[in-house]
Amino acid sequence: MCWSVPGKITEIKGKIATIELSGIKKDVALDLISEPEVGEYVLVHAGYALQKVSEEKAKFTIDFFKGNK
Amino acid sequence: MSRYIDEYRDTDLCLKISEEIKKISHKPFNIMEVCGGHTMSIRKNGIQKLVGDNIKLISGPGCPVCVASIGDIDKIIALSELNNCIICTFGDMMRVPGTNSSLIKAKASGSDVRIVYSAQDAVKLAKEEPAKKVVFIGIGFETTAPTIAAAIRQATEERINNFSVLSLARTMPQALKAVTDAKDSRIDALLCPGHVTAITGTGMYDPVVKKSGVSCCVSGFEPADLLRAIYLLTEKHEMDQPALINAYERVVNEEGNVKAKDVMDDVFRAADAEWRGLGIIPDSGLKIKEKYAEYDADKVFDITVPPAESFSGCICGDILRGAKDPADCGLFGRECTPEAPKGACMVSSEGTCAAWYQYGE
Repeated sequence: MCWSVPGKITEIKGKIATIELSGIKKDVALDLISEPEVGEYVLVHAGYALQKVSEEKAKFTIDFFKGNK
Repeated sequence: MSRYIDEYRDTDLCLKISEEIKKISHKPFNIMEVCGGHTMSIRKNGIQKLVGDNIKLISGPGCPVCVASIGDIDKIIALSELNNCIICTFGDMMRVPGTNSSLIKAKASGSDVRIVYSAQDAVKLAKEEPAKKVVFIGIGFETTAPTIAAAIRQATEERINNFSVLSLARTMPQALKAVTDAKDSRIDALLCPGHVTAITGTGMYDPVVKKSGVSCCVSGFEPADLLRAIYLLTEKHEMDQPALINAYERVVNEEGNVKAKDVMDDVFRAADAEWRGLGIIPDSGLKIKEKYAEYDADKVFDITVPPAESFSGCICGDILRGAKDPADCGLFGRECTPEAPKGACMVSSEGTCAAWYQYGE
């Protein structure tokens, strides 16, 4: 039930952002995150953006598997 | 291509780390995946078969639907039978059996029960149905609790007076302690829930590592995430070094989401809660604070239900503690199936029994 999916913010209007999730657009509430920006990826859960996804840190897992443990 | 998803499903990547795990794994190692989302991903992706014979993956209490007590379900059904009431719930709750009924049976009998995607949807419905009393069933862990709190604050700001929440939200740290400190615990390490920890931060696992000597590794939900986390735990296990590891760095940090935690703290207070299989765990529940009492269904409605009765022969409790597997249950796959579930672990889409039934051992 804690399932969340990463989506890209394509538009922000007040406390609502339009998020693109695997080609689908959905409006989510921004009440729970600070300083969201268009172009950023956020975790979406039950209609809210829960946390930003770090582009830099997303590489850690990929690099780990390439042998840079 | 779905960014931040597909790259963690790469087959070559997963097979590579699978090989690496098998190379370093020599001792028997029991890892509990705490989260129901992890259970589904592990079973769906065949992770158990990729980690070798020494490592056993055991499901834990991290499915909020499964750990809802039978008494909780009885109370929801009693609420649904009130006149003029609309119950809004996440879909997984519909078929969870209470003592004598379930929400889906209540709906079939005429109760107005609606499946919603979020607490916010219930607030919207309350605005559309001003003559009805809309009750949202607030179930979930730290991932979902902030969204419920935000909906209550929204209702307050918009002065909506026909919306309330029956808060069944729970918090993880106390339950993890109960599981790892249990006398019959067979757990060497925990695979910790990524999205709960995105909110709480990794600091909440310190006591489990330092006091219970059980390693904790926070993981994402894709197969490469899980395999990497299992590799890191195995490395520490082989060295007999309990450790706290964050393997979901792209969304998890030490302090968590401070803003979400503030919203949660504004609305909720800690309270004792009954967990199916674990009993009453002090301070493991979230109840609505007095200042939001008019949105607290426990205060708005005076509901009392008779003592709950569990279904004879069901071992969901032992399964939720990680003490037994679904295969140990005499009902599993015979009297208890997804079509005709007897216990909560078979009902929820993230339940251990449902995962075993769907994807095999």
